[in-house]
Amino acid sequence: MPGMVENRPWLTVLAHAILIAGVCLVAFPLYITFVASTLTLEQIVQVPMPLVPGDQLFENYSRALTAGSERGAHAPVGRMMFNSFVMAMSIAFGKIAISIIASFAIVYFRFPLRNFFFWMIFVTLMLPVEVRIIPTYKVAADLHMLDTYVGLTLPLIASATATFLFRQFFMTIPDELAEAARMDGAGPLRFFWDVVLPLSKTSIAALFVIQFIYGWNQYLWPLLVTTQESMYTTVIGIKRMITSGDQLTEWNLVMATAILAMLPPAAVVILMQRWFVRGLVETEK
Amino acid sequence: MEKRVVFRSAWLPFALLAPQIAVTVIFFFWPAAAALWYAFQIQDAFGLATEFAGISNFAELFHDSNYLASIRITAVFSLLVASVGIVVSLILATMADRVVRGALAYKTLLIWPYAVAPAVAGVLWAFMFAPSIGIVTYAMRKYLGIHWNWLLEGDQAMLLVVMAATWKQISYNFLFFLAGLQSIPRSLIEAAAIDGAGPARRFWSVVFPLLSPTTFFLLVVNVVYAFFDTFGIIDATTQGGPGGATQILVYKVYYDGVKAADLGGSSAQSAVLMVIVIALTVIQFRFVERKVQY
Repeated sequence: MPGMVENRPWLTVLAHAILIAGVCLVAFPLYITFVASTLTLEQIVQVPMPLVPGDQLFENYSRALTAGSERGAHAPVGRMMFNSFVMAMSIAFGKIAISIIASFAIVYFRFPLRNFFFWMIFVTLMLPVEVRIIPTYKVAADLHMLDTYVGLTLPLIASATATFLFRQFFMTIPDELAEAARMDGAGPLRFFWDVVLPLSKTSIAALFVIQFIYGWNQYLWPLLVTTQESMYTTVIGIKRMITSGDQLTEWNLVMATAILAMLPPAAVVILMQRWFVRGLVETEK
Repeated sequence: MEKRVVFRSAWLPFALLAPQIAVTVIFFFWPAAAALWYAFQIQDAFGLATEFAGISNFAELFHDSNYLASIRITAVFSLLVASVGIVVSLILATMADRVVRGALAYKTLLIWPYAVAPAVAGVLWAFMFAPSIGIVTYAMRKYLGIHWNWLLEGDQAMLLVVMAATWKQISYNFLFFLAGLQSIPRSLIEAAAIDGAGPARRFWSVVFPLLSPTTFFLLVVNVVYAFFDTFGIIDATTQGGPGGATQILVYKVYYDGVKAADLGGSSAQSAVLMVIVIALTVIQFRFVERKVQY
């Protein structure tokens, strides 16, 4: 606490003032979005729109969830939220599952080509989907994965960061534990299940937060692999609701959908803040 | 580092690695190799036949004024996003490190934009700045006399996507700066204070140098973010326009490949981007040892 170093009350006041200004600036787009989601379309397009919430909250959200916008794409957002949820959960759990067993193999076994496999996983860090768009799409199309949940999730579940994180964590598990397990006659799978997995709980929670957000917020990939409105995720659904021209779009519904799209990942960040911060810091190590 | 105690099995490690390796080969290596292959091929107008084209796709690329403009735009965009984001977050983190009361509340209120999808961030900012109905557009016209129309003005479009991209990234930078600040030993700051250094002097001669590894790390991460993760922001707002003013490299790969169906050209661009990612990853990993200490 620098406050202990010397007493400068005006600096503390300034610090609070700057932080409050920062918080307001960061929250302003959210506030405007929320207000717009409680107004009628007429109120929004009548410039300037009111800056206090209106009385259409229930109306807008229930219309968005059950029917969607009638202009642009008109799929119900409830369905899109379900798709986003399936995608986020499958990616988060899929990544954790395949990474944790891969790291276990790399750390606890000696076998031919071990380093080769490790580097193979490492290199995927350098190949984000954005740089190999069309060929990846072609592979998914050839495997008949378009417009399926498998197509939405499987290509995104290989993760070098998760593998690294688990590898690093496993290196800190005392060797005595593995030794004791071996003396007791426990095989590797038993050791994995009874010792490694329970010890990894915190790392799993931290990774889950980061990967859930990653999965929920995917944009380019679902844009490519989904063509049917019933397979849209919320994030691409919003974009599809916006028609060209400010006046034609049903902004009240778009803004309600934007709030709905932000809620699950924001809730995960805020409710699991401790793991979120940990996950963020550790996945970058 | 190696484990002293290991298990023995002829098949188990391969079985455990199989799912990860299978996904990696099918969805990473195969498409990446295909992208490189197409980059050296030329396709006829009907897409029926392809032939080896040597480096002609690349030669064409670097003679294409649109592509060169896109490189320039990406450089401007990523440097703006990184520098503005880093400066704003450093100020906020320094202040948050100073206050005792409400520190957790400030932190919670500043980190949530991390959870917002880039495309949704784009929609929010495009709505506030919409030429005809945007609330900020209205305020600027009324109080500042500025006519804001990013659908027509390239510079304004760039400013809009920079604001949306920076807004989303502030939370990330903030958390890393705050962790960096909190790891600085208090005794160092107290020693400087006893020597008579004021708060500003202490910041520049003690705190800032100790934060430089964090700052450099964030610079690389922010450039990577601006290069690749901002696709959603661009697509939800300007779609590269007006007149290509916000067409960053990643957006151009998508546009040329998916919308314009130019397989060879788009793949050559993919190959160039791969080289850029490899360079950025190498920089990041060479530096990883000297990074932030926790």
